[in-house]
This record gives sequence, C-alpha cells and structure tokens, in this order.
Amino acid sequence: MAELKLKNLQKTYEDGPTVIHGIDLDIRDGEFMVFVGPSGCGKTTTLRMIAGLEDISGGELSIGQRRVNDVPAAKRGVAMVFQSYALYPHMTVRENMGFGLKLAKKPKAEINEAVERAAQVLQITHLLERKPKALSGGQRQRVAIGRAIVRKPDVFLFDEPLSNLDASLRVQMRIELAKLHKDLATTMIYVTHDQVEAMTLGDRIAVFNGGRIEQVGTPLELYQQPANQFVAGFLGSPKMNFLPAQLRSGSNSGSDIVLAGNTSITLPQQYRLQSGSPITLGVRPEHIAWQVQAGDNAIPASVDLVEHLGGEQIIYARADGMDAQIAFSLPSKETAPHRGERVWLKPELAACHLFDAAGLALPGSGQPYP
Amino acid sequence: MSQAQTMPAIAPSSASALQRGLRSARLRRIVRRLPHYLLLSVLAIITVYPFWWTLVTALSTTGDVYSFPPPLWPQDPSLVNFIEVFDTIDLLAFYKNSLLISGATVVGTLVICSLAAYPLARMQFPGRKLVFGAIIATMILPAEINFLVNFITVSKLQLTDSVTGVVLPNLAGAVGIFLMKQAFEAVPQDLIDAARVDGANEWEIFWKIMLPLAKPALGALAILTLVTAWNQYIWPSVVMTSPENFPLSVGVQYLSGSFSFKTRVVAAGAVLTVIPILIVFLFTQRYFLRGFDGAVK
Repeated sequence: MAELKLKNLQKTYEDGPTVIHGIDLDIRDGEFMVFVGPSGCGKTTTLRMIAGLEDISGGELSIGQRRVNDVPAAKRGVAMVFQSYALYPHMTVRENMGFGLKLAKKPKAEINEAVERAAQVLQITHLLERKPKALSGGQRQRVAIGRAIVRKPDVFLFDEPLSNLDASLRVQMRIELAKLHKDLATTMIYVTHDQVEAMTLGDRIAVFNGGRIEQVGTPLELYQQPANQFVAGFLGSPKMNFLPAQLRSGSNSGSDIVLAGNTSITLPQQYRLQSGSPITLGVRPEHIAWQVQAGDNAIPASVDLVEHLGGEQIIYARADGMDAQIAFSLPSKETAPHRGERVWLKPELAACHLFDAAGLALPGSGQPYP
Repeated sequence: MSQAQTMPAIAPSSASALQRGLRSARLRRIVRRLPHYLLLSVLAIITVYPFWWTLVTALSTTGDVYSFPPPLWPQDPSLVNFIEVFDTIDLLAFYKNSLLISGATVVGTLVICSLAAYPLARMQFPGRKLVFGAIIATMILPAEINFLVNFITVSKLQLTDSVTGVVLPNLAGAVGIFLMKQAFEAVPQDLIDAARVDGANEWEIFWKIMLPLAKPALGALAILTLVTAWNQYIWPSVVMTSPENFPLSVGVQYLSGSFSFKTRVVAAGAVLTVIPILIVFLFTQRYFLRGFDGAVK
C-alpha cells in the first residue's frame, strides 16, 4: 500500500503541445481515487505518467514517500489494468497471470500459488489453461485484474477497464471492483469517462478538464457543491440545467435574480456581486417540481418531451423567452405533464447553484454539504 | 409453454420457396464471380505451364523436345532420365549443400531481419524514417549490382568457397525487414505497455512478446527465404569454386556436358531440384499467406 503525491505534474510532448498543465494531487494510502473527465482531458496521460509509461516533463511524482520520476515502470510497485485487457494472446491465462512473477524470477511454486489464489478470488480457476481468445469479455477483464493482483502491487491503476463490456456486465464488474478494493484495501486509481462509475466507485473523484484538475472531492461533495459550471455539468444525468440570469438586488431576506424571459426568482442566500452582474442559475433535474398554475419563483414553460425510463421519467420543457431546454425528473408513479402542456417549473431554492460570468460557483450556493 | 411449441411450423410451400431463393442467390453469386475465376485460371495456367512442360519433358522418352505445340502429356513415360541424373552427378551431396546453405540463410535472415525491424517499428530515434527509407530503396536495385562489392568483401574476408560466403550477403534483405516491421507494428501498444509494467526489459519484450506474436510473419519470411536461397544460382556459382561444395541449383549444370546437351536429363534435374521446395511450400502455404496478411493491411 502507498500514498501518492503529484506535485505540479506536467506533460509536454516533444515539439508538441502541453497536455498536462501542472497537477497537484495527494492520493491517500488505500484510497480509491477516480479520474474522470471528457475525452482528451488528460486523465489517461496522468495515469500513464504514474505507471511510468509516459515521461514526466515537469513536477514531481512520489509513490510511498519515494520520488519515482525516473524509476522504470516495473520498479514503481504499480500494476495496471488496460481498457483493451492487454492479455498476451500466445499465453494461457495461467501464464498471463504469472508473467510478472516469472520475469521477477520467482520460484515456480510461488508463482503457481499466487496465480491459483488470485484465480480463486476472481472465480476464474476453471479458465487457467485457456488462451485469451477462448474467453468472453468479462472473463478477459477478470484475468487482466488477476494479472494485476498476482503482483501484489502498492498501487492498482485502472484505465477505463469496463468500457468494452456490455451494460449489464459493466454493472456487475463495478460491484466486484468495489468489493475487491474493500478486500485488498490497496490504493487504486481508476480512469473513466463514465460519471456513474466515478460516483459509485470512488472514495474521491478528481474531475479533469483540458489537462487540469477542476475539482477533487468525495462523489457527494462534487455533486452537491461543484466548484464550477464544468464540474456541475459533468456529474449528474440528466445534467444540471443552466439558465442565464442577472443578479438584480440583494436584501436581508436573500437575492433576487431575473431569468431571460423576465421570470424573477428569490434565492434565500445573499451573494456579494454587483447588481446587474450576469450569472448562471444551475438546477439539477431532481430539484424541479411542476404545477399547472403560475406562482412565485415559478418558470413558465411548455413540455417538449416525456421520457419514461421505468423507475423514473424525464420531462424536457422549453422555458418562455429562453433558448435553454429544462429537464426535470419525476418518480414513475407520479403524474407527469403531457407533451405540449403548459406548466410552471419551481426550482428547489435551497438547492440552486449560482455561477459567475467565469463559470465559478458563488460561495454559499449549491446544496448544503456536511 | 416450451420453445418448440411456440415456434410456428414452416409450411412446405414456404420452405421450398426459401430453398429456391437460396439457389438463385447462389447462382447470382457464381455468375458475378465468373470473370474473377476466368482471369485467375488464365494466370494460373501461365504460371504453372513452364513447370508442367519441364515435368512432361523429364518424364518423356520419345518425341521432339522443342515441337510446337508442345505435348500436354508425357510420351512413352519413364523414369530413365531421373535415373541418369543420379548416375551423372552426386545428387545427395548437392542436396546436403543446398540444405546447409538454405537452412543457414533462413535462420540468419530471421535473426537479422527481426532484430533490424524491431527498432524501426517500435523505437523512436532520430533518422528512423531515413534508415527505413534507405533500406526500402535497395528493393529497386537488381541483386546483381551488389555482386562485385559483395565478392570483393567475401574475398577479403577469405570466405570464398564457403557456406558463410554464400549466406552472409543474403541475410539482411529489405523484404524481410519490411515484412517483420509490419508485423511488429501490428502488435497493440497496450501489450508492450503491459509487459513493461510487468517488469519486462526491451529484450524480454522483443523475445517473449513480439517474436511469438510475429510468428505468422516469421513463418512467411522463412518460407520466402528458403525458396529464394534454394533456387539461387548466380551468387553461389560465383563464390563456390569446389564442385563438392556446390548447392543443387549449381550442381545440376553438370548435367549439360561440354559436348552434349541432354534436355530431358536437365529437365529431370530441374524437377528434382524443385520437388523438395515444392513439398515444403505445399505444407506451409497457409502460414505463408497468413504472414503476408499483416504486411498488406
């Protein structure tokens, strides 16, 4: 087990662009850290730098108090599970899993014992003599994880390991990975672009964007108190609704904001911004209620589409005077408006997020987080 | 309810209509492919005919060798010409020399070409493209251009009249390097990364991951090299001076004497030269084709 320290970590390709612009991050011993972000945000590059598969252009990387910038991959005490599984096709499952130990010149008996033990944990003992081509996607993924376990690394690195699996298998493997982390209690770093994986697996999540970390925190912290509009929009499905607005005035009782279309909303918090400042109101779909009559703090809108997802239903409505479509969700047992119906949408005021013109969350906005 | 019960039975009339449909689809496919088959058949006849003529000539004992149109089947077939080959030259010694030269060339070529191709395919170093370009450029030069410089080199190294002298200049061929480079490039980067994380050094990655995965290409290169080395004539006849060291391709020239030229015996010698390589190729052509798959992707 080991903690990791990333200090101003940078990556610049030779005669190319800088793709990682100085990352600072502490990963605790035994923590499950998830790197999440859109494609090309630098999360996999950072993981590969930690693995030793990419040179570090600047900054410092320590694993377990040891600076490892120039330490080769094999000597960093890390094991990696790849998106493509990266199983050696000419070797059996047993040989694949034992390859690292064989290279380390461990005795054959010790290798066999380690392989059998890992195979038992992952329930793949019956597959040990097969070649990878005779395995299903899920079985290959287990073997890839087994190959990592066998080496007893200080840090496990996962590079989008579930993205090649079908939806149901992905859920199953996600649960098994969480269980594995609990059993092994080893530091794990997990790269994904799937926010559900990030939210469900991570002790903490680092949200990447454009080669920088936007925010680090627990899943709930990031969901309820996003530091900026990017994080707020990236986590959550359907994503947070963003409505352009202006701050009108502040009073002891709260702040008045005016949305496009001249709808006024009074929020309970006070914000230190000049009257007339452009802001963005962020509301999550589950924090919007609907009614058929006008009322205070209610946005008039017309229903565009109703999606029935089984457990819940998502309603998409177009607000008066706004280009933005507002999505809100209801449990399936509740009555939803019909397509084309005129409705008034009431955001839950205490759960509203406000972002300034630069997209940064205004202090005090968002859901209360313990 | 069981699945069998829920499955609707196919009516006999619709089943026969289905069969008719399949038949007509098959017919349409055959008609569409007919021009391809015709063209390939013509090419096959053009390619195979010289070998067939040689075999017919070697097996025939009567008739004019150069008659036109040439006979398609042997006239008074007999193995007498083959027996004369064995009586005239020490065929087994020539076979042994050919095996030695071809075997050494194959092993040497596989080692040299894969070692040369790996860094070109998988390592970053200045001038990589230039080096590869220079190697590929040698493909447009006829092999005979190298004879002079190769002969001088082999002479200076005192390797004339030796197997090493025949083999050495043929080991690093552009085709082999190209073929192996393509094969190494086809190996996914993730496998190399996984091996690196597993603790493999560059040599172990090459030996334990890349080479086993490049087996089809190695097989194709081995067969290609074997055929070329077995059939080469001019270079061994330049380097070898003692008849007892001649490979088969050079040795069979003894069948045409200074004052007489027995075409049928020479043809029999040619057939005996080709047969071993033909058998090897027949058994390995699957690997040969698979090996080239990667090179032309």
